[in-house]
Amino acid sequence: MDLATFLIQCLNSLQYGLLLFLVASGLTLIFGIMGVINLAHGSFYMIGAYMAFALAPAVAATFGGGFFAVLVVGTVLAVLLGYLLEWAFFSFLYEREHLQQVLMTYGLILVFEELRSLAVGDDVHGVQPPDILAGTLPLGDVMTYPVYRLFVSGVCLLLALGMWFVFTRTRLGMMIRAGSTNREMVQSLGIDIKFLYRVVFAAGVAIAVLAGMVAAPVSSVYPGMGNTVLIICFVVVVIGGIGSIRGALLAALLIGVVDTFGKVFVPQAAGVLVYVLMALILLWKPDGLFKAA
Amino acid sequence: MKLKTLALAAALVAASTAHAQGLPKLKVGLMLPATGTYAALGTAIENGFRLYVNEQGGKLGGREIEFVKVDDESDPAKATDNVNKLIKRDNVDVLVGTVHSGVAMAMAKVAKDTGTLLLVPNAGADAVTGPMCAQNIFRSSFSNWQPGYAMGEVMAKKGHKNVVTITWKYAAGDESVRGFKEAFEKAGGKVVKELSLPFPNVEFQALLTEIAASKPDAVYTFFAGGGAVKFVKDYAAAGLKKSIPLYGAGFLTDGTLEAQGADADGLLTTLHYADALGNPKDNAFRLAYAKAFKLQPDVYAVQGYDAAQMLGIGLAAVKGDVSKKAELAAAIEKAKIDSPRGAFSVSKSHNPVQDIYLRQVSGKENKLVNVASKALADPGRGCKL
Repeated sequence: MDLATFLIQCLNSLQYGLLLFLVASGLTLIFGIMGVINLAHGSFYMIGAYMAFALAPAVAATFGGGFFAVLVVGTVLAVLLGYLLEWAFFSFLYEREHLQQVLMTYGLILVFEELRSLAVGDDVHGVQPPDILAGTLPLGDVMTYPVYRLFVSGVCLLLALGMWFVFTRTRLGMMIRAGSTNREMVQSLGIDIKFLYRVVFAAGVAIAVLAGMVAAPVSSVYPGMGNTVLIICFVVVVIGGIGSIRGALLAALLIGVVDTFGKVFVPQAAGVLVYVLMALILLWKPDGLFKAA
Repeated sequence: MKLKTLALAAALVAASTAHAQGLPKLKVGLMLPATGTYAALGTAIENGFRLYVNEQGGKLGGREIEFVKVDDESDPAKATDNVNKLIKRDNVDVLVGTVHSGVAMAMAKVAKDTGTLLLVPNAGADAVTGPMCAQNIFRSSFSNWQPGYAMGEVMAKKGHKNVVTITWKYAAGDESVRGFKEAFEKAGGKVVKELSLPFPNVEFQALLTEIAASKPDAVYTFFAGGGAVKFVKDYAAAGLKKSIPLYGAGFLTDGTLEAQGADADGLLTTLHYADALGNPKDNAFRLAYAKAFKLQPDVYAVQGYDAAQMLGIGLAAVKGDVSKKAELAAAIEKAKIDSPRGAFSVSKSHNPVQDIYLRQVSGKENKLVNVASKALADPGRGCKL
């Protein structure tokens, strides 16, 4: 591998890592901070991608505007959906065992998949990136790099920065962190923990849906797409350390590197490398790279 | 004593009514995906199958057809249970299924053990008409080897010398690439690199960079469904479409063109069906299908239709008596099946001997270019029929 190819592969790793973080960040919030095992995370991602596809005509007709308007409308809808789901289902789960959380969120996967099938059908769809981001940049003598992929990386970095800021530098973040450590204590201090969790959950769903919408032009839209990202999202959160945004970002980047170079150098084992990485890290640090204090 | 005579009388009455109505209904077990990634394919196959049965007035070989349906969920882990349910609980006379190769393998295994007639309307796993072949197992679709082999000939003829292959690391991808390599290297070409990634991973960027770095004359690929859409789009976005031509097995551009848009334009693929074949049988089929289901038919619908035709031919030869297995199989083996894809017969290992078409994407259609390989027969390696 010559230097130019190596550098391009590094860029690929970075880009894939950031995309992974984008997809996993909602799970960091719901599983990492709220402690609910949410198997339906992949479904929220899938809903986002299908929104990017299915909402586009309706949004263009009512509000005008293209892709970015869809992002805004989709995010608002996602917050509503998250708020509703928390009220109807998840609020009953906090005190329960993990097994019950797994069962209910698994049930939600089936429900969402079926609803998707009824509403949009089972075909594969593509989503066009907005015109201003549709171009490509030359890279080496044969390859080009789509601008939209750089945009995705940018969104991801912004999101990581925003989440880090909210959680470590604001009062809201402090309350959320306190709530994740000791619910009863926070409640007795006069904070409405139920409302707080509803907001956090809605934010987690919104981020997952946003990730799906932003990733749609890159990944295309197809049935079962949520399930394929679900496992890798859990890997990101577990490697990073439960509840740590910093950790999730680092873990996603690590996985990006291992996956990209794994595919190139040891294609036979590319499928397991990520899990080997996870096993090694857990042997070394059983709580993941960064454990939230 | 009284009870016994009563039972006897009842049995007689039952027998006479059955006789009056002719043979009892023939139970066809449809084991197809109704949910999941392949749900649309399952529907197309079932539609095609029903279309033929309806054209025959709901009867094949003089027997009315009754369908028993099971959703196989494209899950190999549940496959054996599902097949056994159809055979033991529902007592089906004939099995039809399925799309997913892993599930089809499990079905073939049970069919082979129980001797139930099995018609495979899609799954291309070479083994079904290879080592797993049996007198009572027929396929109405293709083997993974076939489109790959035909494309190997096409690309060699186009003068490509060094080619990179890329696919998912699973049976269908491996078999397709193996077929391609066999024909391409026989004709003097060379496969310089075989790239693969785990199924169903769709992060292609690293491998596209590898392709760009090794600068081959062309690329051969096997992807299907969502992966095919993403691969074609990523290939174009990476700027490779202009400099390194992309070829593939037909699934790369089948049912995916809407999503791929302009990025798929001009791509050449090989398959046993194409849009606008223009033969009278195909025209009639397409018209009837569109009328019945308000949908355009695709290759999967054709395969379903032909599975029903094969069953019809077999049943007609034994007058609806499925227990005459040898005669039923012999009738299908001898038959020329009048398929919308063009008439075909089956090989000794019961896979279609068929023309593989070279198609080019133009707009939203896979337009016929020419016949890439005439009457191509899968070698059926490992089959002892």
